[in-house]
Formats: sequence, structure tokens, C-alpha cells
Amino acid sequence: MNRFDYVKPSTVAEAIAAASAPGATYLAAGTNLLDLMKGNVVRPARLVDITQLTELTRIETSGNGDVRIGALVRNADLAHESGFARDFPAVAEALLSGASAQLRNAATAGGNLLQRTRCAYFYDAASACNKRTPGAGCDARGGDSHQHAVLGWSEACIATNPSDFCVPLAAFDAVVEIEGVSGRREVALEALHLLPGTTPERETVLAPGEMIVAIRLPAAARAFARHARYLKVRERNSYAFAVVSAAAGLVIENGTIKQARVALGGVAARPWRARDAEALLAGRPAEPDVLQQAAEAALREAKPSGDNAHKIPLARSLIVRALQAAAQGTPSRMPALPASPFSSIPGVLHDA
Amino acid sequence: MNWTVSLTVNGEPRTLALDDPRVTLLDLLRERLHLTGTKKGCDRGQCGACTVLVDGRRINSCLTLAVSLDGAEITTIEGLATGDQLHPVQEAFIAQDALQCGFCTPGQIMSAVGLINEGQAGSDPERVREGMSGNLCRCSAYVGIVEAVLDAQATLSDTTERAA
Repeated sequence: MNRFDYVKPSTVAEAIAAASAPGATYLAAGTNLLDLMKGNVVRPARLVDITQLTELTRIETSGNGDVRIGALVRNADLAHESGFARDFPAVAEALLSGASAQLRNAATAGGNLLQRTRCAYFYDAASACNKRTPGAGCDARGGDSHQHAVLGWSEACIATNPSDFCVPLAAFDAVVEIEGVSGRREVALEALHLLPGTTPERETVLAPGEMIVAIRLPAAARAFARHARYLKVRERNSYAFAVVSAAAGLVIENGTIKQARVALGGVAARPWRARDAEALLAGRPAEPDVLQQAAEAALREAKPSGDNAHKIPLARSLIVRALQAAAQGTPSRMPALPASPFSSIPGVLHDA
Repeated sequence: MNWTVSLTVNGEPRTLALDDPRVTLLDLLRERLHLTGTKKGCDRGQCGACTVLVDGRRINSCLTLAVSLDGAEITTIEGLATGDQLHPVQEAFIAQDALQCGFCTPGQIMSAVGLINEGQAGSDPERVREGMSGNLCRCSAYVGIVEAVLDAQATLSDTTERAA
């Protein structure tokens, strides 16, 4: 780990000023940043510790019913906040399917949005990586690419975004509140992360010094609370990143889907909202052939970036299963193994 | 430049001067306070051997900068027993033979104490397994660990009920 300057400002304005310097980066819990620094993957000149900014630790409901999650709310606290888990069950399920209990106790909401890819070549300082060193090349292309992107990738980068939390947030139209030297602005969560194109080192729309201060879920997202799931295929039952994940939310009236929300994780450099699938579901019954058509639509543009063609049919199957699970209804209690595609489907063993 | 960190470690107030902000809570405990019960396994947040309680919550001490924790209350494996009286989780680990080599055990025990405090798993072995998934055991003593956590959970909830 490189040496760095460490500052601990007491206001958001001071933090933004301190983080606008070249080479500066924000430190919240540090669960991803310190790991990256230990591997010399990132070498910030200055850490701006924002953990004392208590104004960012609140979960609030505004007059219009929107829920505002402060950037420093811990993942576990958000997932276990009973009102939040009741109204946004797929978000709570996604949070609880990520990392381990220790990490969820530390990791923050804002930090989750800004976590870096888990591409092994990005993590290995000896490998070529256009994200880490622009122009260096990409050792993942033609390398061990079985976990890499099938949507939105480029010749320069085939890495995926590892966040679980972001997937239902994208599905339910979350908004990110950002503060910088020139004031406050908002972007849709879906537009926060950039696709790699020819500049994979640019991962988000944030300008230097800009800070995520809150994430807002619109009141309208509550309409999906009775039929909302997040399912995640992992290489082991727990404490693993997604191979593919899917968030699904439905509003069902008299057997007909009135509204649908579908997003995928683990398939691209950002959470992948599947609007074509949503449009196809609206006005139709939640029947197998309809769900299958929606899954086909969601992956229509998909193509393998290497040894990962299997992720395309896997993602289709997971969308169908997530929609089936959502149609059956949100479980009254969080499943013992959150987001398991196996644990809460009647008749299927959890470790099958 | 120097940074001063004030912590309460196992009930004892400690003020430390750090000449380098890179010191993790894990290294501070082991190298500066000589509390070597907390283990360094992977040092990257993947194995759970370094689990301690910070303000009552279990976290990975290897992924936390000590300088960031000014004012926090830390509990390590050394702070769990009361004199010669072991904590119920420690007793349960012995009773259930929940270890072999013992390297992961302090982290397992601190994680179990955190899990029971969180109150999400209750007496459901599947929820205990999921809640303990951040602690790896290379000797694979998992069956005993789950039994120990369930035992300790039962003991602690009995104690709470009697006190109520």
C-alpha cells in the first residue's frame, strides 16, 4: 500500500474541497478501497475520510413518499430496517445476498454504488488492464473470461459491475443525489455507471470531487412490494459475487401484469435494466410462455465476450425464475439464504 | 505527521499516536497493543479470522483503518471472558468441539457473538450457516461450529428470559 495523506473533514463542503485535489479519493468503510490499495491496484495520494459526516447516515421518508437513503447508511442497517424491507423487499434481499455479515455491517450504500469490478485481471497489477492503465490492453480478452460481460462490453474492456444492491435500484428507478463544488445534481441510478467503450477507466458520471450523498427510491416503487424478488446465481451458496442475478417486480391485478420491472446483474459494466422485457410483460398474464418471451427480449442484444456464452441462457432462465418467484409473491419472511434461486421455490431443494 | 486515535479496547481506554495512517485495526491490535488473539488470515476481508466487534458490531478488522475509528469501542476475543468465567459462546465451542487447529476460532467466536447480538438467525441452523458464511475454517469444523452457535444462542436467550 502506498503512503497517503489522510484528512477527516467535518462537513460535506470541506470534504468536497479536500477531495477535489488530484489523486484524492473518498474513504467510507473502505471494504473495497483498502483491499484495492493493499494490492496496489489503486494508489490514492489522499484519503478523505467521510465517516464523521453523520448527516449522511439517515434513512428518511419525504412528504411525497420517496425514501432517501443517506450515502453512509450501512448495508446491514438498510436491509434490516423493517419499514424499508417491507416496502422494498427486493432491495433488502439484494443487500443480504451480498458479501458477508461482517462486510455488510461496515459497507455503506454510497460505497456499494462505487465498488470496482471484480475482474481478476483488474485486481492483478501484473496483468494488462485498460481500466487500471489506459491503453495497456486487456488480458481478460482470451483469458479466463467465464465470469465476464455479455452485454454492453467493448474490445477495450469486458469487466462487469459486481453490485447486487444496484440491480433492484436500477429496476425501481432509484435516483442518485450528487454534490460537488458546483452544487447538487441528480442522476438516475441507471445512468450512473458508464459502459466501457474506448475509455473503460471512466466508470461513472461523477466528476473529480463529486460525492454521492444519497440514493432515493421513488414512492411509486412501493407498488411492487407484494411481488418483488432478487435472485442470484453464485458459484457457491453464500458469500460470492453473482455469476448472473436478476431483480423482478410485478404489479398484478386479476391475473394480469399491470407493470413489470426487470434488471440483470453480473452481465455488464452497469446494472442492466431490461425495458423491452418489461414492455412485453405489461398487460399479459404471468404464464411460462410470456415470461420466456420477456427473457428472450432481455438478452436479444447479448453476445459472449469470451468463454462466457453460458451466461446468456443462464440469464434467460434466471429472469424466468425471478419473474415466477415474484408472481408467487414476496415471501413473508426473508429467505434463510437470500436471493437463492433454489431456496424458496416450492419443491426445489435449496442446495439442488 | 502524527494522528492520535482514542479507542476503548476491551473496556480499557487507550490513546495511541500513529505515525502512519495505513495501520489497520488488525495491525494496531496485534502489533501495537499485543492483542494477538485476533488473527491475520487473508488480510483481504475474505476469511473472517480478524473479526472483532466495533461498537458491538462484527466487522473485518483487516479492512478498517485504525485512524478512522477514533472514539470507537472495540471488543476482541481477549475481552470476552469475565475473569476465569468464559463467555457462553466460548464454552459452547469447547463443548461442541467446534475447532481443530484453532486458527480461525477467535474470528468464529467473535462472529458468533455478533450474529447472536444481531438477532436475525434465532435457532434456525440454515440462518446460522448463512450468517456465519464470512468465516472460513480450513479444518472444516463447520458442523461443530453451527452446533456451538445454536447452543450459545439457546443459553443466551434463556439467560435473557430469566433476567426479564
